[in-house]
Amino acid sequence: MLQLEKVEKSYVMGRSRLHVLKSVDLMIDRGEMVSIMGTSGSGKSTLMNILGLLDGYDAGAYHLDGQLMKDISETRAAVCRRQWVGFVFQSFNLIPFKTAAENVALPLYYQGVSRGKRLQAARRQLERVGLLEWSEHRPSELSGGQQQRVAIARALVSRPKMLLADEPTGALDSATSLEIMRLLQEVNGEGVTVVVVTHEREVAAMTQRIIRLRDGRIENSHESPADA
Amino acid sequence: MLDIDTWQEILDTIRANQMRSFLTAFSVAWGIFMLIILLGSGAGLSHGVAYQFRDDAINSIWVFPGQVSVPYKGLQPGRKVQLTNEDHDEIETGVNGVENVTSRFMIGGRLSVRYRDETGTFDVRSVHPGHLYIEKTIMTEGRFINPLDIKDHRKVAAIGQKVATALFKDVSPLGRDLEINGVAFKVVGLFTDEGAETEQEKIYLPISTAQRAFGGANRVGQIMMTTGEAPLAETQVMSKEIQRRLAARHTFDVEDARAVFVNNNNEQFERFVKLMAAIRMFVWIVGLGTILAGVVGVSNIMMIAVRERTREIGVRRALGATPWSIVSLILKESILITSVAGYAGMVLGIVTLEVAAGFLPKDGFFLQPEVDLGVAIQATVLLIVAGAAAGFFPARRAGRLRPVEALRNE
Repeated sequence: MLQLEKVEKSYVMGRSRLHVLKSVDLMIDRGEMVSIMGTSGSGKSTLMNILGLLDGYDAGAYHLDGQLMKDISETRAAVCRRQWVGFVFQSFNLIPFKTAAENVALPLYYQGVSRGKRLQAARRQLERVGLLEWSEHRPSELSGGQQQRVAIARALVSRPKMLLADEPTGALDSATSLEIMRLLQEVNGEGVTVVVVTHEREVAAMTQRIIRLRDGRIENSHESPADA
Repeated sequence: MLDIDTWQEILDTIRANQMRSFLTAFSVAWGIFMLIILLGSGAGLSHGVAYQFRDDAINSIWVFPGQVSVPYKGLQPGRKVQLTNEDHDEIETGVNGVENVTSRFMIGGRLSVRYRDETGTFDVRSVHPGHLYIEKTIMTEGRFINPLDIKDHRKVAAIGQKVATALFKDVSPLGRDLEINGVAFKVVGLFTDEGAETEQEKIYLPISTAQRAFGGANRVGQIMMTTGEAPLAETQVMSKEIQRRLAARHTFDVEDARAVFVNNNNEQFERFVKLMAAIRMFVWIVGLGTILAGVVGVSNIMMIAVRERTREIGVRRALGATPWSIVSLILKESILITSVAGYAGMVLGIVTLEVAAGFLPKDGFFLQPEVDLGVAIQATVLLIVAGAAAGFFPARRAGRLRPVEALRNE
């Protein structure tokens, strides 16, 4: 599904260079559910951004479904994201002035799907995450767990091959976190590759494999959740 | 480009940011409103001035007698100058470029005029045929004074519409006899005048007849002439020539500005034309300044909007929006707001002018404030283009935002 070879990434911070990813090799197969763990500053968010084509890298190679993603234009990246990737963020990132259904329908807007069909598909996704009756509510009227489920519905509405979740439970209590992770497991069960970035052991334990990052290097890419 | 979905999306964002959208719209509408009001006021002033000039020919020179004020060739100042028929003839034949010339002999005050049992007092002017062109008199029936009337001292009169209604009621006055101070004159013409209403209460007589009948000898009160198509500089030469010839005939210093007064209406009009041009220019500068302020306002507010929406833009990018789709979203929003607000401001401005015009006095210096619809539309289109340009820079900034950076923005 996706493959990283000797990927390097550094940021220029004023005069100094911050070397964030150092020769990262990584392979994630289709249908896997993996978690990326590491302390803050270990480079896990950067890695996730590169996987999601939200950010570029300096050296090495990243193949997504066999295609090399290197120095691609913003427009191409947008088109690829649309086709391949669904995002779930720690702070949900729902658009506040849109209803739940409109938020979920948004990715389809960028795929040129008509409004009627978009909203229909959005309702199907909301039903799947158990929030159909909340379709016409705005995010501010929903609880954190509900907002995250709307965000998951939004990530899934365009039927992506891969779902990238950046600290999806970071803003939720443990009971709600468990719910969200169960939902992600369900999604994975339907064949979607799921990558979760987290620093919570309980969350990582619900995935099949843990990739551990330390100081921009992969410390262990095949850690079993049982050892976590 | 113009699909309903895109506009739905834009309307959603406008609705979500009502205050911001309203402020943007207001600054635009205000700009165009002020421009329309200013242009209308400029036009109103122009019309007012044109109205003040409507009575008399603009291309004319008027000569009035005065008093000698400088000693000359041993003659003391204080002597009054009396213009005569000979002065008239000298100007008519001697000065190049004179088109129609007339003198006026004042019979003095308003005279009592009678037709059968009807009497009234009217202003009687005795003139040459050329007077027709000086006062812009419009003949509606019959004819004006002609050269034969002058030559043969005919007792004929041309009367204004108001005189006719006052004295003749329903009968046609042509060919009937009027008595002016006891002297009978045959009515040969009926006229109207675009100037003040009192211009239609006049009676015109041949100057030669009046001089003889009312004891005027060869004296005239003033001499007026039109200057045809002659440009300003040429008419100024004509004024000088008139002054020179009268100075020689009446023995006063050519430089004596108070012996005779030679008023060149061409100069007056030129002065007004320049003043009007200056006012128009001023109006445009202020108006464009107002529009520029509106444009800067739009740009500023869109800039803030982009900043406020950075995170939203990041989300949209993550969900598959291309940079161009972000640029076009912001641009279309700014164009939509400026178009609607610009149009509203234009309509409001025009309506305001129309309403104001109804309350203005009909003969002042400020008349019929109006704005050329073409100009109004051009200005509005200009504002919309400027609004698009104003939205362009914030939009480009939004399009260039990297999704990661946009998402990091809290």
